[in-house]
Amino acid sequence: MSARDDVFASIRAGLGVRGDEAPRRAAVEARLRDAPRGVVPARGELDLDGRVALFKAEAERVAATVVEIADARDLPAELARYLRDNNLPATVRFGADPFFDGLPFGDTALEVSRGPSEGADAVGLSRAAGAVAETGTLALLSGADNPTTLNFLPETHVVAVARGDVAGDYETLIARVRAQFGRGDMPRTLNFVTGPSRSADIEQTLVQGAHGPKRLHVVIVGASA
Amino acid sequence: MTAVPTSPAFKANASAALRDPDLQKALRFVRGNFIGKRASAVARLPEFDALRDSARAIKDHALAHLDLYLAQWEAKVVASGGTVHWARDADEARRAVLDICKAAGAKTVTKGKSMIAEEIGLNDALEAAGMTPVETDLGEYVVQVRGEAPSHIIAPAVHLTKEQVAADFRRVHAGLPADRDLGDAAKILGEARTILRGKFLAADVGITGANFLVAETGTSIIVTNEGNGDLTQTLPDVHVVLASIEKIVPTLEDAAQILRVLARSATGQDMSVYTTLSTGPRRSGDPDGPKAYHVVVLDNGRSAMLGSKFQDMLRCIRCGACMNHCPVYHAVGGHAYGWVYPGPMGAVLTPALIGIDKGGHLPNASTFCGRCQDVCPMRIPLPDMMRHWREREFERRLSPKTVRGGLALWAFFARRPALYARATDLAMRALAFAGRRKGRFSSLPLAGGWTATRDFPAPQGATFQARWRKDHG
Ligand code: SF4
Repeated sequence: MSARDDVFASIRAGLGVRGDEAPRRAAVEARLRDAPRGVVPARGELDLDGRVALFKAEAERVAATVVEIADARDLPAELARYLRDNNLPATVRFGADPFFDGLPFGDTALEVSRGPSEGADAVGLSRAAGAVAETGTLALLSGADNPTTLNFLPETHVVAVARGDVAGDYETLIARVRAQFGRGDMPRTLNFVTGPSRSADIEQTLVQGAHGPKRLHVVIVGASA
Repeated sequence: MTAVPTSPAFKANASAALRDPDLQKALRFVRGNFIGKRASAVARLPEFDALRDSARAIKDHALAHLDLYLAQWEAKVVASGGTVHWARDADEARRAVLDICKAAGAKTVTKGKSMIAEEIGLNDALEAAGMTPVETDLGEYVVQVRGEAPSHIIAPAVHLTKEQVAADFRRVHAGLPADRDLGDAAKILGEARTILRGKFLAADVGITGANFLVAETGTSIIVTNEGNGDLTQTLPDVHVVLASIEKIVPTLEDAAQILRVLARSATGQDMSVYTTLSTGPRRSGDPDGPKAYHVVVLDNGRSAMLGSKFQDMLRCIRCGACMNHCPVYHAVGGHAYGWVYPGPMGAVLTPALIGIDKGGHLPNASTFCGRCQDVCPMRIPLPDMMRHWREREFERRLSPKTVRGGLALWAFFARRPALYARATDLAMRALAFAGRRKGRFSSLPLAGGWTATRDFPAPQGATFQARWRKDHG
C-alpha cells in the first residue's frame, strides 16, 4: 500500500469508519458550504467611524503608527512627511496597483520605483485589501499590484488602506476575499499583519524590528462621513 | 529514526537541570512574563471562554471527519498547483524533503520554526546530504549554533540567558569586531538580523511548518512574530511546508476562531504580528513568491491516537500555555523532558509518539495541580491523560522496582484501613519526633526525589485521618 493509503486506512481504523458513510459526507459538505462564523467578539461590531477609531487604537497598541487623510492625492505628501520626520531616506518602492497611478509623487522629493523588492529597498509601500479593527490588523494580498516581498524586506513599511475597507472582524474580511476569488479559492498569499516585526526570544524581552520591517506606518485614506 | 530521545533519563535530566544556575536564572523569565501577559490578553476579551468552546468543537468535528477533510484539502492543494507528499513516519517525511531539496539542487535551505522538523530530525539529515540548513527564527538560530534542541515549543531558547547567547554569537560570527556591544536583546537581535538577511536571499529552498491546513481552500497557515517565516517561504524558488495530519480545520472561519485563542494563550498578544495564508505556488503574473509549493504531511503515530483515550490530545495547537503555567516545567525547563515536546503536552504526546518504553517516565513529571488544563485553549484534559499513561505504565511493569513496591505496599494497606490507620499513626509519631527540632527534613529515606530540591515538612503529630475523625467525628 502507498503511504497515502496507509495513513487513510489507519485514520479510518482509529475512527471506526469506512469513509463512504453518507451522513459523514453530508456533515462535511454542509460545513464547507455554510462556513459558520462561530463566536465573533463584540468589540469590532461598530459603525465605520467606530471601526476606524478601534483599528487605530489597536494598531497603535502594537507599535504601528496611523494617520488619516481625506484624499488619496495627499498620500505622497504624507509619505514624504513621515520619512522626513523619522530621518529615513526619501525613497519608496511599490507595486503595479492602479490605486497609486496618477498620484502626485512628482510634487515631492521622493525617489520612486515600482516592482517587487530584492532586498535593497529602504521603504516599501503597499495598499491593503482591508483591515480588521478588532486587532488592528492589515490584510495584504499577493500579486503584481502589491508584491509580497515589499511587505517583508524593506526596513520601513507604509500601508495605505481605504477607509471603507476597515472591517470590524476577520469574518467580514474572509467573506470579501471569498467574493473576490470565488468560493474555495485564494490568492497565493494573504498576509495578516499586526504591527511591525518583533522578537521576544532573548530572555522574553520584547524587541521591535526582527527580520521583517522595523516600522509600520498605516495611512487610512478617505473622508469621514 | 526520529530525533533521538533522552526521555528515559528524565529523572537524571531533571536533577541536572535543578543544579544549573544559568538555566534556573533563565527559567525565571518564563514564570515572570508568559503568565501575566496571557492573563491580561484574556481579560481584554469577554468572549475568550466561548471561543475556547468553539475552538474545541471545531477540532473535535475536524478529527471525527479527518479522512474526508484531508482528502478535500489535498484536492484543493493540487488544484492550486501544489504537491502533497504523505509520510507514515519520520523516515518517509525526511526522505520526501530530501528528494525535493536534491531535485532543486539546493545548497542552502532556510527554515522557519517547525516542531515537525524537530520531530523528524531534519537538520541532521540535510547536513548529512551535504546541504546547509539555516534556522531563521531567532530562538531556533541560537539553539542551532549551540548544537542544542529547542527547550520550549514557542520560545526555543528560553533556557538561555542573554550573556550565554552573546558568548555564542562572538564564537560563531567570525569577522565582526571582537569588542562589539552585545549587552542587550536588541543588539543581539540586530546582529542576527544582519547575518540572516544574507541567508534568506541566498536560499534555494525554504521550509516552514504549518499551524493550520484549511480544507476549504488547500491553504497552509503560519503564525510568527519575526517575519522570518515569510522571508523563508517567499524568497526561494521552492517552498516546503511540513505539517502533520491533525492540523486540519474545515474553513477559513474555523481558522479565525482558533487564531483568536492561539496568540492570546501563547504570548499574550491578541494576534501574532504575521499570520500568513499560503495557497499553492506563485500565480501567472506574480512577480514574487515560490515557483513550487510542496506539503509533506506526517502521521508518525497520530492516527493511532484516534479512537483512543488520547484522541483529545490531537486538538493541541502548540501554544505552549500548559508549559508556561507548569510548576514542573518552571523547575526543570524543557530539555529534561528529553524529546521534542516538553511540559504537560509533551508528557502526554511523547509516550504516544515514541512509545511508552521511552516516554513512560514523563507523565510522572506532574504535580497534578491542574493549571495546564485550566489554561489550555483547546480544553485538553492533560492531567487525566497523564493519569492514563501512569496506569498503563504500571500495568506494563515498566516502573522501577521501588515505585512498584511502594504502590503494592499502599494497595496492601488500602485494603486494610484499620491497619493503615495504625501504621501511619506510628509513622507520623516517629517522624514528628525525629523532625521536632527543625520542623523540616532535608533528606528522608525513600523520598529522595522530594528532598533533593526542597525540605519535607515534619508532621505535626497526628495523621490526617486521625484529625478528621477528631474534628468531624
Ligand atoms: S496542550 Fe493545550 S495548552 Fe498545551 S500546547 Fe497544546 S493547546 Fe496549548
